[in-house]
Parts: sequence; structure tokens; C-alpha cells
Amino acid sequence: MKKIFSVYLRPYIPRMSVGLLIKFTGTIMDLLLPWILSYLIDDIVPRNNFPLILWWGGAMILCAVAALVTNIVANRMASRVAQLTTRAVRHDLFAKISELSCRQVDGFGIPSLESRLTTDTYNIHQMIGMMQRMGVRAPILLLGGILITWMLEPVLSLVLIATLPLLGGIIFYISRKGVPLYTRLQQGVDAMVRTVRENITGIRVIKALSKTDYECARFSSVNGEVVRREKKAGITMSLTNPVMNLMLNAGLTAVILVGAWRVNLGLTQPGKILAFLTYFTIILNALMSINRMFMMYSKGSASAARMVEVLETPEDLRLRDGVSRKEEAYIVFDHVTFSYQKKEDNLNDLSFRLKKGESLGIIGATGSGKSTVVNLLMRLYDADSGEIRIGGRRVDTIPPEALHRMFGVVFQGDVLFGDTIAANIDFGRGLSREQITHAAECAQAKEFIDGLPDGLEHRLTAKGTNLSGGQKQRILVARALAACPDILVLDDSSSALDYHTDARLRAALRENFEDTTTIIIAQRISSVMQADHILVLDEGRAVGYGTHEELMKTCELYCEIGRSQIGGDEVA
Amino acid sequence: MPKQPRGLPEKPKDRKQVLRRLWGYLCRHKGMVAAALLLTLVSNLLALIGPALSGRAIDAIGVEAGKVDFPLVFYYCGWMLGFYLVSSILSYVLSVLMIHLSQKVVFRMREDVFQKLARLPVSFFDRHQTGDIVSRISYDIDTVNASLSNDLLQIATSVITVVGSFAMMLRISPVLVLVFVVTVPASILFTRYMTRKVRPLFRSRSVKLGELNGYVEEVISGQKTAKAYHREAYFLKHFDAKNDEAVDAYYRADYYGSMTGPSVNFINNLSLAFVSMFGAVLFLLGHLRLGALSSFVLYSRKFSGPINEIANIVSELQSACAAAERVFRLIDEEPEPADAPGAAELEEVRGDVEMTHVRFGYLPDKIVIHDLNLHAAPGKLIAIVGPTGAGKTTLINLLMRFYDPNSGSIRLDGIEIDQVTRRSLRLSYAMVLQDTWLFSGTVHDNIAYGKKGATRADVIAAAKAAHVHSFISRLPQGYDTVLDGGGMGISQGQKQLLTIARAMLLDARMLILDEATSNVDTRTELRIQEAMRTLMAGKTCFVIAHRLSTIRSADTILVVKDGDIAEQGNHTQLMQSGGIYAGLYRSQFQ
Repeated sequence: MKKIFSVYLRPYIPRMSVGLLIKFTGTIMDLLLPWILSYLIDDIVPRNNFPLILWWGGAMILCAVAALVTNIVANRMASRVAQLTTRAVRHDLFAKISELSCRQVDGFGIPSLESRLTTDTYNIHQMIGMMQRMGVRAPILLLGGILITWMLEPVLSLVLIATLPLLGGIIFYISRKGVPLYTRLQQGVDAMVRTVRENITGIRVIKALSKTDYECARFSSVNGEVVRREKKAGITMSLTNPVMNLMLNAGLTAVILVGAWRVNLGLTQPGKILAFLTYFTIILNALMSINRMFMMYSKGSASAARMVEVLETPEDLRLRDGVSRKEEAYIVFDHVTFSYQKKEDNLNDLSFRLKKGESLGIIGATGSGKSTVVNLLMRLYDADSGEIRIGGRRVDTIPPEALHRMFGVVFQGDVLFGDTIAANIDFGRGLSREQITHAAECAQAKEFIDGLPDGLEHRLTAKGTNLSGGQKQRILVARALAACPDILVLDDSSSALDYHTDARLRAALRENFEDTTTIIIAQRISSVMQADHILVLDEGRAVGYGTHEELMKTCELYCEIGRSQIGGDEVA
Repeated sequence: MPKQPRGLPEKPKDRKQVLRRLWGYLCRHKGMVAAALLLTLVSNLLALIGPALSGRAIDAIGVEAGKVDFPLVFYYCGWMLGFYLVSSILSYVLSVLMIHLSQKVVFRMREDVFQKLARLPVSFFDRHQTGDIVSRISYDIDTVNASLSNDLLQIATSVITVVGSFAMMLRISPVLVLVFVVTVPASILFTRYMTRKVRPLFRSRSVKLGELNGYVEEVISGQKTAKAYHREAYFLKHFDAKNDEAVDAYYRADYYGSMTGPSVNFINNLSLAFVSMFGAVLFLLGHLRLGALSSFVLYSRKFSGPINEIANIVSELQSACAAAERVFRLIDEEPEPADAPGAAELEEVRGDVEMTHVRFGYLPDKIVIHDLNLHAAPGKLIAIVGPTGAGKTTLINLLMRFYDPNSGSIRLDGIEIDQVTRRSLRLSYAMVLQDTWLFSGTVHDNIAYGKKGATRADVIAAAKAAHVHSFISRLPQGYDTVLDGGGMGISQGQKQLLTIARAMLLDARMLILDEATSNVDTRTELRIQEAMRTLMAGKTCFVIAHRLSTIRSADTILVVKDGDIAEQGNHTQLMQSGGIYAGLYRSQFQ
């Protein structure tokens, strides 16, 4: 919270000060009104002076107008500050998130980063606006109210002050009890939504197994739980209003009683009691505002803490110094070991060499470390030990822009964005139309793109949900090819293609990208069998490295996979 | 769902109907509604008497020292305390009552929606987005709930307060009431202006925020790709544009929205100024007692509050109506048609499936399957091959009666499948689908889902057969580990193995495998092949697969192309004929 204030609000301190000053004036105007009322009744009326009454009445109207104008101006200034601050915070947060290393993203979790960027910044926006609007007004109304009543009539104001701590205490106590109840309610609602979601996504299974009644009962129980929690929270919190009203009115009655005694002794006038009654309402409203501000502030500071946590994450994956060496191989993995969790090794002592223009196929079971090879090569993570070199330079000595510019990549489960097909292939790199069309052609995507009404300008929905799996993969491949990369990485990017298209894609790659060093990760043996080298991984270890023919003779696991997929007899 | 064409004259009728149905929910608790209204009336009237009493008390104090009528002051103060106390207690009782009432209604509503949801045909879920349905059962019903528990009482309270304090003021000084001839229309005009001005701004504010959220979700989940192509700056630029739109929309809404507070306050202050001024004059002229003036001031504060509030309540009510309408529209959806009268329960199923001249399309004008004929004898393995979008999954939708064909007939053991109960038809199949589905519950519950009373031993046996036992044993609580959020932290392959284990527990005579091992790597697939064979033994199986190795041993291979069966036969026959299948098969080795 401190950081948000000191860094992001600082530039607006002059503007905020002016706004708060204006707000201060407006609030004083609000406070003057009842005071004039009491003066009017106690001092002017006995003088029987009609014009003076009108004068003071006019003064009241003037005060009201002044309060209106100043408050609106101040509120708008507050909104402006909140707007500018939020924009800056959000910008920095987004920029920071895009700088986070993959390991750091894993640590936070994507849904959590999302909510920090949306819900949390929204809370901060609300809070900054609200605090400026009420942060001055409420305390001034409270203190000013007490001060004026003190000046009007010190003894009566003691009555008033006596009720305040009691009132504040009760409100504080109730909201303290209420907040955890609402947290629990929210958890209940989450569980309910989850149940509904599950029922929608699993509708076929549920119907196939005739579990409709069971699911209804399951929903009933979460529904009942939500209702129970909501009742509990609601009933607790609804105590606030009646209690506040009762305290207010009891205080009023006490003022009248004490007032009666004081009037009787000639120490005060009834007009003052009248003014008191009005100030009482003002003070109470101020107290309620302060209570709301506390709730808002605690919500806001929780959000701020979550944002600052991201903003202050230290930079990972620093650029290291190092000299390049001359070597024949283009891509080198030299005794590389790596673990995501720093417990079990996900890659263990992996070594291989590729010359420029060669192709590597990687095959192995789920979780055997295939994608990890790519993650390390692109330096999305740093290896725990061993060296990875491209063109003789260690990857951790190459600036990220330069490093990543060498690659064209399709990750496993890669994403398309809600934009046109052309923009998805171009990906903001400013490629020419020919490059895009050529890439689409090589990726075997031209045919279906031409079949679309708008061709390359066809708009995709977010995540490309309006395309089939095979179509998505082809556009992703086109994206990887479009900038004619030095290194092409295709991670499980043809699994949704039928064998025919897959074969044509591989042929096109051989023809058009012979200088490109290619790494293909697949589960189908047919996708990798023509590669210059094939790496067989099993639980992070290389259990085979060679050509298809070599591996069919030497690698037991490879043979096993081969037989299961295409039948050993026909391959030999 | 396409929205109804805008028929303006129909709108009020709709709203009336929505209100009538809402009222129907309330009516089940008539007693509580009546009690609530009674309580509202009483507690508000009691609160109205307060200022009158304090006025009397101030009169009893008088203006001069030493002449205070203490017994009378005490008397009125006593009454005041009593009234306020009772009024506060009543209002607390009232809110508790309202919470109970609204929660009863909400519970019922959610149940109604869910019961309907569970009975809707599969086609409904194919047409509607999950998020939309979820928002109806959570957000929309919440909106109705908030409106029910607050607005109804608020309206009652406002009306009573306005009418009551107006009456009181009228009693005290009809002349002074004239002040409100100025301020009331002013505040009504102002609130109307504001709502008209501000509502679209607030709407655009939430729309822009929604867009920002959508963009963030999209980009963050693609962050790795953005990084790989070094496109951080590009996305940041786009994000900044969205961010600007969102904060600008927020500011615009705030710009006008923040006028409301000060303006309401201004109108109150204005009333106070006028009342003081004219009150003082009237007092001087001897038309008004001092206490009466004080009561009048208090009443005037009470009076102007609700008038400003009413505009808010009306707009809240409108959004509640819109929300309720969305909920009711879901409840009114056509459920899966009832089983045919006298539909038979399938008992001893042999598993003989025959489709003749089946024609089907998800939309009447887009036929997916033109004329399908197929016979699967009991215990045979039928493999379905073909490019994506050729209608393979549609076949399964028809077999399970998730959809009914436009024409033609499907028979199981010689009985038309629309003449048997859906329940018994579906239970005679076990299926493993490409989209694995796990629910938040323990691993045990997920595997035992299809079989009532499955013991732990049964579950373990199935898990072992599906080769997930060792994986499950490594989970923190083994079989009692709770999977949440669709089984996060478990790989696709493992999820699929869990659903295979689930299918292993079923004793159905027929089996559907739709890309059942697409996410399982070949090695594991190899390991579970034995189990799959046991699972398939003696059952009529329908298998859809990409991997041709799975298919080679099928009794019949159907090659589907453009909704028709292009080729039919076993592996050897199809290879010899040299058609589509042979082409597909050979392309593996190119």
C-alpha cells in the first residue's frame, strides 16, 4: 500500500492537495448551514428583523451553492487522479508481468496474475477515488461537527461525544465479525459455480451414466450451504443499522434532556438544541462513511499488497557475460540437468549436437521432458547445470531479443488471439503480405483459409475457438514459419492433423526451409522418423539418439513405440 | 441465443409477466410477506412519531430560563426512547425476516434452474456458452435476490416515510410545506436527468472493464508465446489502448456520477435554508411554535431522502426484472422430450446395433449425415475413420440419443431406440471421450461415479487395469485426494486414464471410445492395451481413433467422408481396394 501511495500518487500530490483544499472548503460550507440555522433562531428572530432573516437565509442558500460547486469540482479532480493513477499502475503491472520469467509465472499461477491485473487494480481505482472523496469530508464533518457543537454548547456536546466511542465500537465489532462471514460466503458461491460448470461440461457423461438425480442432489447441498452462509452473514450485518439508529436517537433524547436542564438554568437556548439535532445526523453519517472507508481501505490494501508482490519480484534470468567459442555444431546441449520444482530432475545429463540445417525429432512419453528441452533452449528457464550453446554462444549470454528472434516456435497447446488470421500470423512483426501468404501455404493452411469468406482477414475469436484443432495448428505453424527463422521448433503441433496433411507439411518444410534447423516434438513416430537425429527421452534421460533405422535396431523403447504405431513388420 | 426482434409494444406485457412469476415465488411464503409488510408499516410509523415527540419536548423546554416543565420533558423523552427502541427492534426483526424470505426464494429459484438444466437436451449446451449459463444461476439470481431483499422494503419504507412525513409536515404547517413545491420537482427532474445521462455511462464502464478482463485473460495465457516471439512491447501497446478505454469510461461515469452526492446534498441544504428562513418568519408572526419548527426540520430531512432514493430503486428494479427474465427464459427451455409412452426398459442387451437410412443435421438446412447404413453384430469392433468434421462424433450423438435423427431408424437388438427409455439405453453403453471430464470430488468418487456401491477394492482394481494405480498412490491422500477445478495439476493423459478406469467399472454391453487414448502417450497406451482388450472383450465396440494401429484389428472399418460412408470393410479388404483408407494408411510412412 505504501508503495502504491509513494510511487504512483506522488506525481499527483499538488493536484490532490488543491482538490482536497476545495473539498475542505465545501465541507466547511456544509457545516456552516446548521450553525446559521441556530443563529437565526436564537439571535435574529428575537430581534424581529425581517430583512436580516432574509439576509441570513440568503447566506444559507449561498453556502449550499458553494458546497455544491466545490464538492463537484473536488470529486471530479479526485476521479481524474484515480484514473491517472490506475492507468499507470495497470501499465506497470502488465509490463512487469510480461517480463516475468516462466518460472515466476508458474509460481504466481496464471489465474492469480489475471485477477491481480483486473480485480485488484479495479479495487485500487475505487479506493483511490473514494478515499479522496470521503477521506477529507468524513473526518472534517466528524471533527468539525464536534468542534462546532463544542463552541455552541460544550456540555451538550459532551453528551454527544460520549455516545461516539460506543457507536464506533459496535460498528467496528460487527464489521469485524461480518467480513470473515462474507469470505466464507464467497467460497460457498465458488463451490456452487464450480458444480454448475462441471455439470455443463460433463453433460454427456452425466446423461450417459443417468446421474441426473445424483447431480441434482449434489447441487441442492451446495445451494443449501450458500443459502445458510448468506443468511448468517446477512443477519449479522443487518444488526448495524438498527443499532446505529437506536444509538443516534437515544443520544438525541439525552441531548434534549440535558438541554432542558441547561435551558432551565439559563445556560443555553433551545435554538442550540435544534442545531444540535442536525449536527448529530451529520456526525453520524460521517461516522458511517469512516466505517465504509475502513472496509474499503482494508480491501484496497489487500489488493495493493498482491500487486506490489508482483511489481517487486526481482528480475530473473539475468544476462551473463561470456565469450563465444568457435565450434562446428550450431545447437549444443552439454550435460544439461534441470528440475522445475528443484526436487526430481526433469532432465538429467542431456547432451546432443545439431549442425545448422539439420533436424531433430524428440519422442517420448508424457512427462519425459520433451518440452523442457525447448524451454531450456529458448531460455524460458535456466538449466541447473551444464551448458546450452547456439552458434557457439551460451544462451544465457545472448540478449533475449536477439535470442528469441532466431526462433519460430509452436508450443504445445499454443494460443491464437482474437484478431484476424493475418494478424495472428504476423504477430505484430510487420511482415509483408507475401511472407504471410507463403507461410500459410507451407503450413498447409492456404486451402482452408481460401475457403473462408474473408480469407486471411477472417476474424478469429479469442483462443481461436471458431476453428477446428487442425486448423488452429496450421495457423500456428504458419506463424512460426513466417519470419524465416534460423531455428524452427514444433512442439506437438501436428497431432490434430490427419496423416495426409501432416506428411504434406513435412514435405513443404523440407523443400522451403532447408537452411532452418528444425526441432520437432511428437508422439507419432511418423512425424519424426525422417529427422536427421531422433532423441528418445524416458523420464528425463536420453535412452536413444540416432536415426530411425539405427534406433529401430538399438533402442528398445523406440521399437516398442514403432511397433505399436505402425506395426514392426511393415517398417523393416 | 439470438435476441427477439425489438417489439416495443410487447415489452410491458413481458415485464408484467416477469413480475407475476416473481410474485409467484413470493406467494409460497404468504405469511412471511404479510408479516414483513406489517412490520415495515409499524416500524416506520413509530419512527415518524419520534420527531413529533422531540418537538413537544422542545416546546416543553420553552425559551426562557427557569420555566422548563421538567415532568413534561421527561414524559416526552420517555416516550421517545420507547418508540425508538421498539422501532429499532422491529426493523432488525424485519431484516432477519426478509433475509429468510429472500433466501427461501433464491434457494427455490436456483433449484428450479438447476433441475431444468439437468434435464435439458445436450443440444442446448452445444448452443450456449458455459459462462452465460453460469452467470444466470449466480449473477442474475443474485441481482433478483438483492432486489427482493432490499428494494421491496425500501419502496415500502420510502412510501411510508414520504407520505407520513408529508402528512406530519402538513399538520405542523401547511404554509411551510410550500417550500417543497420548489425542491421536490427540482430533485425529481435532477434524478431523472441523472439516470438518463449516467446509466449508459455506467453500462459502458462495465463493458469496457469486461473487455479489458477478456484481453488480459487472453494475453496472459499466451504469455509464453509472446515471450518466445519477443512481442511484449506489442502486447503492452494493445493493453495500454484497452486500459485507456477502461479508465476513461470509468472517469466519464464518475464525472457525472460524482455529481449525485453533492447535488442531493444541495437539494437537502436548499430545503433546510428555505425551511429555516420561512420558518423563522412564521415563528415571528406567531404562526409556528419553536418545537414545531424543530419537528418540521427533522421531517423535512426524512422527506427528501427517499425521493432521491426512488430513482435508484427504480433502476435497480429494472435490472432485477431483466435478470429475472433471463432466469425464467432458461427455466422455460424445452426439456429433453419425454420417453415415448410405454417405452420399454432394456434389460438383457445383446448389443446388436443397426442403422438404416439415417439422415441428420444439427441445423435443418445443414445436413451432416445424408444416408447412413450400418450393422454392428454383438461383440464386434467397429472402427470409424475419417478427416475432422466428417461426422464421426455425430454418430455417437445419435447412438446415445443425445440427438434424434431427422429420418431413418436406429435399432438396438431389433427395437427402435426411441421406443426404449433413454436411461436404459444410455446405461447399456460405457464410453470414454476425448474431452475427459472429472468433477471436484475424491479420486475414488470420480472412478466409482458410474457404479453405485462400488467398493474401494473395485476402484483399485479398475485403476490398476487402467495403469493409474501407481500415479494415484503417489498423490498426497491417495484415493481420497480431492480433485478440484477440473482436476488441475493432473496431466491430460492421466485424466484420460482416470476416465478409462471409470469406464472399466461399468458393466455395459456396448462400448464407445471416442479418441479415448488421444492424450495418452504411446508407451502408456501400449501398457493399457491389455486392459483395453479386456474392457472391449465380448462388447460391441465403436471406436474413433486417429492412430491407425488401433484400428487395424477392427471387424469393420467405416471410412466416413462428408457425412456418408465412403468405404466399409476390414483392414485387408480396404488396403486391397486402394481407396481413401489405403491412402490415409500409407501417408503415415511418407
